[in-house]
Amino acid sequence: MNLENLLFGALVLITVVPAFLVSTTLNIVRSACWLLLSLSGAAGLFFFLGADFVGATQLLIYVGGTLVLVIFGVMLTATGPFVNLSSRSGDWAISILACSALFGLLTYALMRGDVQQRPMFQRPGPMETTTNRIGLALLGVAPAEDLTNAAKSFPANKPNPKPQAVSYLLPFEIVSLHLLIVLVGAAYLARAKRKVKAG
Amino acid sequence: MISGVDLILLIVAVALVATFVGVQAMFFIWLERKVSGRIQDRLGPTRVGGRFGWLQSIADGVKLIQKEDLVPADADKILFRIAPYIVMLGSFVAYLALPFSSNFVAQNLDIAIFFMISVLSVEVFGVILAGYSSGSKWSLFGGMREAAQVVSYEVPMAICLVIPVMISGTLNLNAMANQQAGWFWNWYLFHSPIMFVTSIVYFTCAVASCKRAPFDLAEAESELVAGFLTEYSGMRWSFFFLAEYASMFAVSGIFVISFLGGWNGPLPVFHGLGWQDSWIARLFGLANFLLKGSLMIFIMMWVRWTLPRLRIDQVMTTCLKYLLPISCFLLLANGLWEWAFPNGMLGKLGLWNVGGFPLDGQHYYSG
Repeated sequence: MNLENLLFGALVLITVVPAFLVSTTLNIVRSACWLLLSLSGAAGLFFFLGADFVGATQLLIYVGGTLVLVIFGVMLTATGPFVNLSSRSGDWAISILACSALFGLLTYALMRGDVQQRPMFQRPGPMETTTNRIGLALLGVAPAEDLTNAAKSFPANKPNPKPQAVSYLLPFEIVSLHLLIVLVGAAYLARAKRKVKAG
Repeated sequence: MISGVDLILLIVAVALVATFVGVQAMFFIWLERKVSGRIQDRLGPTRVGGRFGWLQSIADGVKLIQKEDLVPADADKILFRIAPYIVMLGSFVAYLALPFSSNFVAQNLDIAIFFMISVLSVEVFGVILAGYSSGSKWSLFGGMREAAQVVSYEVPMAICLVIPVMISGTLNLNAMANQQAGWFWNWYLFHSPIMFVTSIVYFTCAVASCKRAPFDLAEAESELVAGFLTEYSGMRWSFFFLAEYASMFAVSGIFVISFLGGWNGPLPVFHGLGWQDSWIARLFGLANFLLKGSLMIFIMMWVRWTLPRLRIDQVMTTCLKYLLPISCFLLLANGLWEWAFPNGMLGKLGLWNVGGFPLDGQHYYSG
């Protein structure tokens, strides 16, 4: 058992054990705290894989997200009736169904033969992706590096995937717009609540 | 596969960083007491360890270790116990990516500046948990104020750091500082008037993100007893202060590297001699960096003991109505400036640019 397996095991434990606790803890703030730990473990896994940018983004976005969750949790628990989240058996059935469906989908996708042919499963060691390459690929200025690497490393008898300039800017903008709509909706809901209180 | 030598080097690097975090906190706590004393026309500590009281922090530490570790009866016990560690981890892990001199860094990350901001933002979480779990109204007020303040100030702070990143074309702090080698007018602070304003806006946000006065609403001794710290005692209490001083030096380090030329002195002595890669140049660089970082912390202390505390509405107004629009405008203006003068204000002084980064409009860092 070498050091890398040990580190990987530790990171997986940090990710999985708090994830289990998130769903079993009844106190909302404590649950959010375990969620933070689990997401940090996932960020650690990204760092372990050499995907520094994704890891740091995970930390920044999800820590911010859980932070807001905790703030709402604190606001709710201050009033009393929401201190404990108890779930009915119907909730359990639905969540077990959804989770096993997602798990099955992911397992099916990963077990398909052509997924494992991809170069990311064949290259040993951490990825070497610089932020320059990520940024240029996002803008579509440079061809996405993984595709050109795949073109190089694929065996000659297989048809090479075309190296093409893929731009992720449009999906990114759509996601931003979606977030803006969510923000506006949240602001509207908060404002409406306050009006009722004042009246 | 991590080899044995790499592992030993890694452990040494982490041990050095941990030692630095502890020692600098002790030094700056002593300095803060001296500076505040002088500003208030007192002497500050004078007894412990000779004339200047320079062992005062150790005496404080010994006292704090002996204190009883209290957990209030109303507290959420687990969260109350782990909150100081979350705060401490947040500010300590950021140091793994902070270079102290050319290539003196625990992990030379490609995204160092982004990593540092994202890790430093974990610290707020611990403060809010401390405020919530203490089971005390003062603590809860402190934690909620901290949440409102830090969540807003992170936005202009990040925008202000995008501007030096735009100029340098890299998120790697090591490369960013090495681009400012040469005479002091190569420092990004003097790159353009926009950078000068940006540095001031960033510094304001950095002071706010470290919850230092005049933005110390989370503690607010005169209003909230001690804010989120009210129920803490002994070592758990001192962990919060270790973390505060650690994050002060971390944001100062980011300031020094992205605006003040990092470890490059004002005169390119070693570049003129051609020794820029020697160990002696790096050690002088380390001294330069620590000196500049300490200067920034001294300015934070100076501000703390000079200005009165803002009210919470004033804090939010400063951020959302002033700093945020100013930083967005600066981002736009810097784009235009870089388009018009890609070499910076003084970039054309080719002859005088000893050891300077070749400022030919080609900023993209490769390698």
